[in-house]
Amino acid sequence: MTDTAPAIELKGISKAFGPVQANKDISIRVMPGTIHGIIGENGAGKSTLMSILYGFYKADAGEIFISGKKTDIPDSQAAIAAGIGMVFQHFKLVENFTVLENIILGAEDGRLLKPSLSKARKSLISLAEDYGLNVDPDALIQDIGVGMQQRVEILKALYRQADILILDEPTGVLTPAEADQLFRILGRLRSEGKTIILITHKLREIMEITDTVSVMRRGKMTATVKTAETSPPELAELMVGRKVLLRVNKKPATPGDVILDVKGLRVVDGKGVERLRGIDLQVCAGEVLGLAGVAGNGQSELLEVLGGYADGTGNVTLNGTPLDLSGKKSDGQSRRARGVAHVPEDRQREGLIMDFQAWENNVFGYHHDDRFNSGLLMDHAAIRADAEDKMARFDVRPPDPTLAAKNFSGGNQQKIVLAREIERNPDLLLIGQPTRGVDIGAIEFIHEQIIALRDQGKAILLVSVELEEILALSDRIAVMFDGQIMGERAADQTDEKELGLLMAGITDTENEHSVAEVEANLARAGGDASKEV
Amino acid sequence: MDYITLIQLLDSTVRLATPLLLACLAGLFSERAGVFDIGLEGKMLAAAFFSAALASITGSVWIGLAAGIASSLALSAVHGLASITFRGNQLISGVAINFLAAGMTVLIAQDWFAQGGRTPSLFGGARFEPITLPFADAMANVPIIGPLYEELISGHSILVYAAFLAVPLTWWILFRTRFGLRLRAVGENPAAVDTAGVSVVGLRYAAVAIAGLLCGVAGAYLSTALQAGFVKDMSAGRGFIALAALIFAKWRPWYALWATLLFGLFGALETRPDVIQSVIGIKVQGQILSALPYLMTVVILAGFVGKAIPPRAGGEPYVKER
Repeated sequence: MTDTAPAIELKGISKAFGPVQANKDISIRVMPGTIHGIIGENGAGKSTLMSILYGFYKADAGEIFISGKKTDIPDSQAAIAAGIGMVFQHFKLVENFTVLENIILGAEDGRLLKPSLSKARKSLISLAEDYGLNVDPDALIQDIGVGMQQRVEILKALYRQADILILDEPTGVLTPAEADQLFRILGRLRSEGKTIILITHKLREIMEITDTVSVMRRGKMTATVKTAETSPPELAELMVGRKVLLRVNKKPATPGDVILDVKGLRVVDGKGVERLRGIDLQVCAGEVLGLAGVAGNGQSELLEVLGGYADGTGNVTLNGTPLDLSGKKSDGQSRRARGVAHVPEDRQREGLIMDFQAWENNVFGYHHDDRFNSGLLMDHAAIRADAEDKMARFDVRPPDPTLAAKNFSGGNQQKIVLAREIERNPDLLLIGQPTRGVDIGAIEFIHEQIIALRDQGKAILLVSVELEEILALSDRIAVMFDGQIMGERAADQTDEKELGLLMAGITDTENEHSVAEVEANLARAGGDASKEV
Repeated sequence: MDYITLIQLLDSTVRLATPLLLACLAGLFSERAGVFDIGLEGKMLAAAFFSAALASITGSVWIGLAAGIASSLALSAVHGLASITFRGNQLISGVAINFLAAGMTVLIAQDWFAQGGRTPSLFGGARFEPITLPFADAMANVPIIGPLYEELISGHSILVYAAFLAVPLTWWILFRTRFGLRLRAVGENPAAVDTAGVSVVGLRYAAVAIAGLLCGVAGAYLSTALQAGFVKDMSAGRGFIALAALIFAKWRPWYALWATLLFGLFGALETRPDVIQSVIGIKVQGQILSALPYLMTVVILAGFVGKAIPPRAGGEPYVKER
């Protein structure tokens, strides 16, 4: 083994963006035919490092060796030539092109398309045989599911004869079944001699599939260990730099009266497609109802209708009084007046105005409150004082209310939104993707806040695509698929496997189901899911 | 309306549709690559002036055409620099080009020719003359197809034939070549092109240059073929009608042909109010016909006739992200 050159060796890579040192003197060796995990919090520098390897950025210092040979990678073309393929977190596919067209894009054989297309079709067949990567070459990207799109990305790399495959957060958009399928494919690729780098922040994935794992924290590589010789708590500690609770500490819920009662809720979108097809659910005081599901199955629409910025039909009552689902009384303002607080799924677009300062963001939606106004004018001093107070109590870092929202990290942005909404003492909290793009340390804090709110007797409707999060926080779990609730389970009487099947629209969770069946079901639910993410 | 009137009407439709078609295809290349171009009007106007000016000075319409294309390409380069290299707002850059062309052409015309902002009238070799196709005269007396061939198909300037040939050529480039695939991709998702190792900037400049070339031909046609010399603001909103046609055509080459022919027909009818009156029995104001292309575009955009989906990355400068 000692005379095998590493597939990739990085020596002393450094990269700064202005004053921010994204990568500091990073060295790493990835052996051929292995799966090497890179784990770290958001902003730890994982993506920067991989972007350097793929020629997106040029390192300020350091050297790259591919199979023992020093290689310069000034652009993506050079990376491809060096046998490196990358599957980005957000797929780089042309939506209205076919699978085949996407695969040959940039790797055509001549000026005319026809020969390239027929050659690609042939090699696609052999790739499908070699690695079990089946796709319909003539399907349009916009018509196929996310899992399939990811497969196209992998095929794109393989078609360019990549020996080294980098995957950036590949499971973020997949169901557990699809993720398992992906891992099987990765395993197969490894056994065929490919080298794989897996970037993730999910400890479970690292433990499940990798041979070696490197941990990054604040731009530095803090450790590289054999996966078999480490454990999730150890990795978490290496990532965050302190001991982290991986489980949420919570007492059993003591549900009170029904706060939110939804019956037969329907939503039709602008294209005339029915996105919610008769939703029934209840949320009681003092409990968290978790709504699981693959992104794009109606969860967003549900939050939008309940939050008052989309129209729907059906019977919804809040504290026993009907809630308007369309018309003048159905907007964010009226909802807030009724005691509904909303932490939207996309905090950067719906929860904050990124160019506005933290103290301004702190009052959106509540800017008519008497305490923030004096006569005709807004009382800036009061708003600022309030913002400072909230930022201190929610541990927003840096605690500077004059900083623009975009200059905070994801976790701190979320704390700003959370503080604004929770502090109003709502009866019902709607919260979507509370920890998407949030660091482990901040996740812990946000989870604690949600549970604390529950224990004050508030009703909480939680939407998340992270099953682990749903399982950790919820008292009851409802699973959405294709605009309907597939089933409801008590959180302590279910597991990821059962929920995963429900997420794929399979209600008969007792029997064995093949991956093909799950995929077929997901595909039926519509490729639209992919556009949501 | 008799047959000959119909043929005459269609003949004038073809002549009026030609500049629209060229400008529409120009916009198609540019917008398919993700660069919005409302500067078609300005580029056409500049090309109209420089074509007429150089044709008048040198006496050669071909030198005029070359000058027209060069001026249009120069404005394209400005648009490319502003919107591709410096990632500026594509609409603002386009508006600036329109203003620049409107003012600059008259100013230079006055300085060079001192004829109140026009060029001298062009004649002889300084104009594109109609081409008589083989046997046109011989066939003129054959019933039905005779006039059709002699009046409608034969007897246009070479630029008209070039414009119509540009349609299948555009289709072939877009859908049958590597360049076309990449061009369409860069207008839909430039990140896909970038990560595939192809230059987004290079592709977009190429597209903008093709747009410049086509606008140059369109402008030259206006001043050296359709008319005999440049007059102030002679593009007369054709660049905007071409944009309307582009939306009407859903950014497809063959549809662009039909859309510009339709809009050309409106233009032809505008000059023949008697024909409309004899057909529908009502007197229609010419202004209503000139407004029709815009009204129809609004109808299209409102989604009444299928859905016109513009290229997804249209109008957005490409910024690399991790």
